[in-house]
Amino acid sequence: MAAPVKSPVDGAVPAVQKLTIGKALNMGLRAAMEADDKVLILGEDVGKLGGVFRITDGLQKDFGEQRVLDTPLAESGIIGTAVGLAVRGFRPVCEIQFEGFIFPGFDQISSQLAKLHYRTQGRVKVPVVVRVPYGGGIGAVEHHSESPESLFAHIAGLKVVSCSNPTDAYWMIQQAVACDDPVLFFEPKRLYHNGQLKSEVDTTTPPGPLFASRVVREGTDCTLVAYGPSVKVCIDAAAAAAEEGRSLEVIDLRTLSPLDLAPVFESVRRTGRLVAVSEAPSESSITSEIAARVQQECFYSLEAPVLRATGFDTPYPPSKLEEHYLPDLDRVLHTVDRAMGW
Amino acid sequence: MPSPEQWTHPEPGEGPAAQAAQPSREQVIAGLRNTDAGGAEVTQLLTPEGERIASPQFDRYISDIDPDALRGLYRDMVLVRRADREANAMQRQGQLGIWVPLLGQEAAQVGSGRALRPQDMAFPSYREHGVAYTRGVDFKELLGIFRCTDHGGWDFKAHGFHPYTIVIGNQVLNAAGYAMGQKFEGKVGDDDGEATIVYFGDGATSQGDVHEGFVWAAVYDAPLVFFCQNNQWAISEPTERQSRLPLYQRARGYGFPGIRVDGNDVLACLAVTRWALEECRHGNGPVLIEAFTYRMDAHTTTDDPTRYRLSEELEVWKHKDPIERVRVHLARNGYADQAWFDQIESEADAFAADLREFCFNMPEPPPERVFTGVYAEPSPVLDSQRDEFLSYLAGFVEAGER
Ligand SMILES: Cc1ncc(C[n+]2csc(CCOP(=O)(O)OP(=O)(O)O)c2C)c(N)n1
Repeated sequence: MAAPVKSPVDGAVPAVQKLTIGKALNMGLRAAMEADDKVLILGEDVGKLGGVFRITDGLQKDFGEQRVLDTPLAESGIIGTAVGLAVRGFRPVCEIQFEGFIFPGFDQISSQLAKLHYRTQGRVKVPVVVRVPYGGGIGAVEHHSESPESLFAHIAGLKVVSCSNPTDAYWMIQQAVACDDPVLFFEPKRLYHNGQLKSEVDTTTPPGPLFASRVVREGTDCTLVAYGPSVKVCIDAAAAAAEEGRSLEVIDLRTLSPLDLAPVFESVRRTGRLVAVSEAPSESSITSEIAARVQQECFYSLEAPVLRATGFDTPYPPSKLEEHYLPDLDRVLHTVDRAMGW
Repeated sequence: MPSPEQWTHPEPGEGPAAQAAQPSREQVIAGLRNTDAGGAEVTQLLTPEGERIASPQFDRYISDIDPDALRGLYRDMVLVRRADREANAMQRQGQLGIWVPLLGQEAAQVGSGRALRPQDMAFPSYREHGVAYTRGVDFKELLGIFRCTDHGGWDFKAHGFHPYTIVIGNQVLNAAGYAMGQKFEGKVGDDDGEATIVYFGDGATSQGDVHEGFVWAAVYDAPLVFFCQNNQWAISEPTERQSRLPLYQRARGYGFPGIRVDGNDVLACLAVTRWALEECRHGNGPVLIEAFTYRMDAHTTTDDPTRYRLSEELEVWKHKDPIERVRVHLARNGYADQAWFDQIESEADAFAADLREFCFNMPEPPPERVFTGVYAEPSPVLDSQRDEFLSYLAGFVEAGER
């Protein structure tokens, strides 16, 4: 990471605030824009409307139409022009309205955004952030609930992260903006305005580096690894398991590319068991990669095969059925039971 | 590097002459939203005051629209609006996950939809409930999408009405391909030829897929009518955020005709679409129609239009209401009396009540539906995933939990 993250101007915001993930992202973006006037926001409806999730609320009002751009309705256009702006020295932050609409921009992401630095052997930097609200559980129509992150993790040259709590949301977005590489920033949309997750955010000091996973709950019987929206499910599952006398360790991956698996290996060597949880379909996914690498690194420590609780290998179903599709607390605990009973 | 305040264009006189000659933002807006519903070039056959305007070019396309047929179009629009309002209300009551209102776009949809023949194919976006109705797709068949029990299960071949498409612009290329198929199979060339129509919004015109659809249809002479409903807004973004030029004029750059029609005038929409379809049937397509209209409600039930548009705008457009002008025309000419209007109202009430009852009683899909229809061929892997999941669920049933 090149430029250090500047903390916001003294007195601009109280040092500690209770925030939701959505509000934390909004404040993180604001801080990033204040810290560097080359930071731009581009996307559909991000201006007056503040984005369909209101994550950019108020930013156009305060920073103007030249820094918060309501773009034409074209994702290839949003990403492609962001690449050009980055080449010119700006730090664009693109908002894709819903993950299901990123694909018109996939060509620009995979062909240009991911490869320019390599192509020019470092002469061109493309510090673009693509913010993607993703995941299900909001009762939406088609294309509004998917988890396509594995597709992007597979593309070399991109970095892919996902946040799961307000503090990370506030800091990770700023760190992503400061990063000199392109970052795909996956935001768990169903948690944006979740009051239960509202927590105190220390706006003076980042809790750690961007590309590192973190143990969020300690335990001894089995390790759960998850990211984004599934982290809350795992924390809740661990709490439920504790009532039955079972101790689960929960790791929030945070970074999907590069994958920071050292804490996972370390944990599995202690617990002997791993359940990887994600809403994405399981075939050729982040959880597949975790399973492969953990069996390679921790073979002699494993008491059971690495198991997974994931979405199914089907398109995201009509949302009346999503409670079945999404790995919920019960399915996670059921998978833990299988690992324990091996 | 200049500071952000200096990034704007130089004022006229300051910068290069070419830049000074560019229209201002205000001029662009004025040009696009010409006050008289689309400007001088707009085709209109029935004014907002309900007066019939003669058109040497288009009258012949509606010569069969006698008072009886006009009453039919009125009825169509009233039923469609009523069903739309009912669905909107049902969303508010939590019966639907979301609704995409068509309020204000009834004439564009009914007029263009009624221009189609059974052999034609329509590719909708997601707001085309009125077109669906004209294609014989029951409103009930649309509801599953919005109650989130399915992704759109009607028999699209039987109705000549493709499934809804939510990803902006995708359907335009699909329609181009379908129309190419009609051409390759020799179904084009005379009065009985086939044609395809594709619906999209003003915002969609910015997407690469729509641009590519124009290119494909043009170079393969596909019998495709591009029907753009310019309802002035793409969620919060006005049309001038998509284009500097009236949208119908874009067609010229691709080498086919473009025409702007008063999208709130059901007669004009019917006539112009019939003309365009006839061009396509005879092998003279494609054609772009821009129906100049207005979205009178929110983008969807999750949208808040007060954040981005003025209520005055809505007031202006209320005077151009697509249904009201037909009503005035019918009444003034003695084509319909109050008893007839009342009868249509009660028909609409019954239509809505039926829809409501259907919605309330819609069955929930069973869990195995998650796994059905993924592949055309059997998938043993998916079958075992399904079996494993169903037996997991059965565990709860045995334990009496779920
Ligand atoms: C590729 C893509 N990007 C973004 C969206 C989210 N979205 C849904 S509707 C809409 C606005 C569409 O405006 P327009 O094309 O004018 O059609 P209208 O809804 O006004 O009929 C947007 C941005 C989407 N569905 N697909």
